[in-house]
Amino acid sequence: MQQGVGTIQRAFRAVGGHGGWLAGLLLTVGWLALPSIGFAAEGAAAGPTEYRDIPYIGSRNLIWVVAQLHLLLAGFVLGVPIFAWLCEVIAWRGGERRYDKLAKEFTKLLTSAYATTALFGGILLFSLVIFYPKLMNYLTDVFFPSFLLYCLLFLLETATLYLYWYGWDAMQHGRMKTLHVFLGFLLNFFALFIMIVPNAWATFQASPVVISEGSAIERAWAATWNPTWWPINIHRFIANIVLGGYICGAYAGVRYLSVKSAEDREHYDWMGYVGNFIGVFGLLALPFAGYWLMREIYQYNQQMGITLMGGFLSWLFIIQAMLIGVLFLGSNYYFWLGITYRIPGSEGKYRRAMLMMLVSLLLCLAVWMTPHSLVASIEEAQKMGGAHHPLLGVLGVMSAKMTVSNLMILITFMSFVMYWRAGKQDTARWAKLGKAVMGAVLVLASLAVIVLGVWGYFVPAIVRINYFSTSQVLIVIFVILTITPLTALLLKSARTTTEMVWGSMPPRAGYALVLNAVMIILLMTLMGYARSSSRVHWHVYGVMRDSSPYAYSPALGSASLIMGFCTFFFCILVAFIFWVATMGDKYKAATTSGKGELPHGIPAMAGGAPEEQQQT
Amino acid sequence: MGALGKPIILMVTMYLFLKFVLPNIPGSAPLPSSLIFLYLLLTVSGIVIYETLSGESKDAFWGPMQGFLTGEKIGGLQALRYGVLILFPLLVGWQTYGSTATSDLPPTEGRTIHPAPPGEYTGLSNPVPKTPDNIMQGKGFYAAFCSPCHGGNFDGKGPAARGFNPPPANFADPTTIAMLQESYLFWRIKKGGVGLPIEGAPWRSAMPRWEVELPDEWIWKIIMGEYDGAHQSPRTWE
Repeated sequence: MQQGVGTIQRAFRAVGGHGGWLAGLLLTVGWLALPSIGFAAEGAAAGPTEYRDIPYIGSRNLIWVVAQLHLLLAGFVLGVPIFAWLCEVIAWRGGERRYDKLAKEFTKLLTSAYATTALFGGILLFSLVIFYPKLMNYLTDVFFPSFLLYCLLFLLETATLYLYWYGWDAMQHGRMKTLHVFLGFLLNFFALFIMIVPNAWATFQASPVVISEGSAIERAWAATWNPTWWPINIHRFIANIVLGGYICGAYAGVRYLSVKSAEDREHYDWMGYVGNFIGVFGLLALPFAGYWLMREIYQYNQQMGITLMGGFLSWLFIIQAMLIGVLFLGSNYYFWLGITYRIPGSEGKYRRAMLMMLVSLLLCLAVWMTPHSLVASIEEAQKMGGAHHPLLGVLGVMSAKMTVSNLMILITFMSFVMYWRAGKQDTARWAKLGKAVMGAVLVLASLAVIVLGVWGYFVPAIVRINYFSTSQVLIVIFVILTITPLTALLLKSARTTTEMVWGSMPPRAGYALVLNAVMIILLMTLMGYARSSSRVHWHVYGVMRDSSPYAYSPALGSASLIMGFCTFFFCILVAFIFWVATMGDKYKAATTSGKGELPHGIPAMAGGAPEEQQQT
Repeated sequence: MGALGKPIILMVTMYLFLKFVLPNIPGSAPLPSSLIFLYLLLTVSGIVIYETLSGESKDAFWGPMQGFLTGEKIGGLQALRYGVLILFPLLVGWQTYGSTATSDLPPTEGRTIHPAPPGEYTGLSNPVPKTPDNIMQGKGFYAAFCSPCHGGNFDGKGPAARGFNPPPANFADPTTIAMLQESYLFWRIKKGGVGLPIEGAPWRSAMPRWEVELPDEWIWKIIMGEYDGAHQSPRTWE
C-alpha cells in the first residue's frame, strides 16, 4: 500500500502545475480502480498467481472467443494458399490466364486476412499469459524449443508471403514466373509447419505424453508426438481447405450479387464455382479424417471418447450432422443450379437424376441426424420403453452414421460428375461400355457400403472399426479414383452440345454460397468447443487439473451462444477485411472509367492490392 | 393449387406415416415429437430445394403463395387470405405460448444413457481368464442377481422389468454393451445407479450398487457371462 501511495504522490508531482490536481485525481482514481475492473489475481497472498479473471465477460469466455477467432482466421490463411498456388500452377502450366487472375484474387484475400490472424494470435498469447499463467508456465517449460521454432517459421512465412504477393506482377514471365511458383510452394511449406507446430501444443493438452528425463528438445519432441497430433494435423489441413474454399465462394457470391458489368458477373460466377468445388473437394475427405481422429481419441482414453461420442457432448454430433448435412445439400444445390442455369437445356435431362440424388441425400441425412437417445417427454419415453426407439434406435450408432456419410460422399461426387458431363455428348466408341462400367462400379460400391454397414451390427466393435469402416472408406475412394479418369477420358473426345454460360446464375446461388460459408464456420466453432470440452476439468488431461472457478463444462445452450457469437463476429470481421481489400480496386475501377488511366502506387498495407493488370 | 398440391400431399402423407404407420410396424413404438419434427423439417427442405432448381419450377411453387399473400388475382379467395393472415400469427403465438408457458408436465429429460466413466475405471481389463467354466459361473451369477430385471434371455425383459422406468438395459441389442468395453460394465455394475454422474441422472436408475454385495471377481465373471449369453463381444482395441 505504501508503494501505492508513493506512486500516487509521484504522479501528482509529475503532473504538477496549474490544473495538475485534476490529472492527479484522475490518475489516483484510475490506479485505485484497477483491481475492480478485473485482472484480480486469485490467491495472490501465497505463491505465484495461477489465474486472473475479468469481470462480466469471464477469462474463459474471453480466451474461448479469441482462440476461436484466431483459429478460424488461421484456417483461412493456411487453407487459401494451397489452392491459390494450385490455380497459379494450372495457369503456369496450362496457359489459362484466368486461373492466374483467380490465384491473385485469392492471394489478395489472404494477405488482407494475414495481419488480422497474427493480431488475434498476439491477443490470444497475451490473454493466456495474463489469465492462465500457471498453464502457460507449464506449457512453456515443455514446449519452449518449439515456441522458438514457431517464431522462426512465422518470420519465414511472412517474408515469403510478402515476396509472393508484392512480386506477383513483377514475376510474371520466364524464369521469374518459375521463381514465383516456387515462392508459392515455399509459402505452403512454411504454412504447413505453422499449423502443425501449434497443433502439438493443443493436442498435448488433450493427449499428453510427458517424460521427465532427457534434454529440453527430447521432452518437447515426446510431447509433440502425442497420439492425437497427426490425426488433428490431417483433419485441420483438410478442414482449412474446406473453410478457405467456402469463404472464397461466399466472397464470390457476395460480389456476384453486387457487381454490375457482365464481365464481372462472369468472373465472380466462375470464382464461386471454383470456391464451391474446392469446398466440396475437401468436404469429401473430411469425414474420413474426422473418423480417424475420433478413433484415436477413443483408443487413447475411453473416458474422453465416451464423453465426446456417448456422453454429454454426444448431442453436439447430432448438431454436427445437421450442419454437415446442410453443407452437403447446399453444395449439391449449387451444382444442380449450375446445371440448370449455366447449361441451357440441361434441366429437363437431369431433373429426374437430381430428384433421386436429393431424396437419397435426405434419407441419408435423416439417418445421420437420428440420435441414439432421443429427446422425449416422460410420456413419450414410456411409450417407447426408454430413451431408445426400438426400431429407429439402431440408426443412432456409428455403423449407420458411417454408412450414410459414405453414401452422401458418393452422391455428392456423382453430382459433380453429372455437372462435369452436362452439355457434352460422348463420341468415343467405347462410351457405352465406359458408362456401363461406371454405373456398375457405382451401384456395386453403394451396395457394398450398405452391406458392410448392416453387417457392422453383428460383428465385434473392433472388426467394424478396423475393417468394415476402413473398407467402406476404401470403396468410396476406389469409386472416385475409377470414375474420375474414366469420365475425363470420355470427355476428352466428347462433343460440346451446349456451351457453359457464366454469369447466368440466379441470386439464390450466391446466397447458397454464403450459407455454405456460414455453415462451415459454425461447424468449426462447434467442433472447437467439443475438442476443448472433451478435456473436461483438465488443462492438460490427467496431468494438470483446472483449479479455476471455470473448471466446469458449460451447458450446451450457453456454449451455443458463444459459438453463435464467434460465427457472427468472424463473418463481420471477414466482411470488413474483404471490404478493405477491395477498396483499392473499386477506386481504381472508378478512376479508370473516368480518366482512362490506372493510378500507380496505391497504398497497400497488409494486403492492399498492388497494381492489378486485367488479364483475360 | 398446381405445383403446390404435390408438396402439400407429400407433407401430409409423411406426417401420417410417421405418426400412425411407423409406430404400428411390429417391434416399433410411437415416435417422439422431436423426431417427427426433424423428419418433417428435412422433407420441407427437400421440397424447397427441388422446387427452386429452375426458374419455372420456382415460379410455379412460390407464385401461388406470393399471389395469395399479396392478394393479386385471387378473386373470391380474399376472405380466406384475410383469415390466413389473421390466423397464422395467432397460431405462431399459440405455439410459442404452449412451448414456454408453465406446465404441470415434467420437463423433457436429456438423460445421457452411457456417460463417461471415472478415470480409475478406464483401461481396466478383465483379470478373470475367459474359460468355459468361468463363463458358466458368470451366467449362474447373472441368473441369480441380474436376470430378475435384465431377463433370462439378456433382453431386458425380466419379471421385475415392468416395474421400472427407464427399463433395464437390453444386452441383446447390438447398440448397448457391444459398444462398450468390459471396464465400463465393471464400473456400472460395481457402482450402480447412484454412481452415475449428473448427466446420467442417477436418480432415475434403480440399478443396485453391487460392490456391497459381490466381490470384484464375481462381477468380472458376470460380465463374461453377459456378453456370452447376449451373443455380443466387448469393444476392444486389439
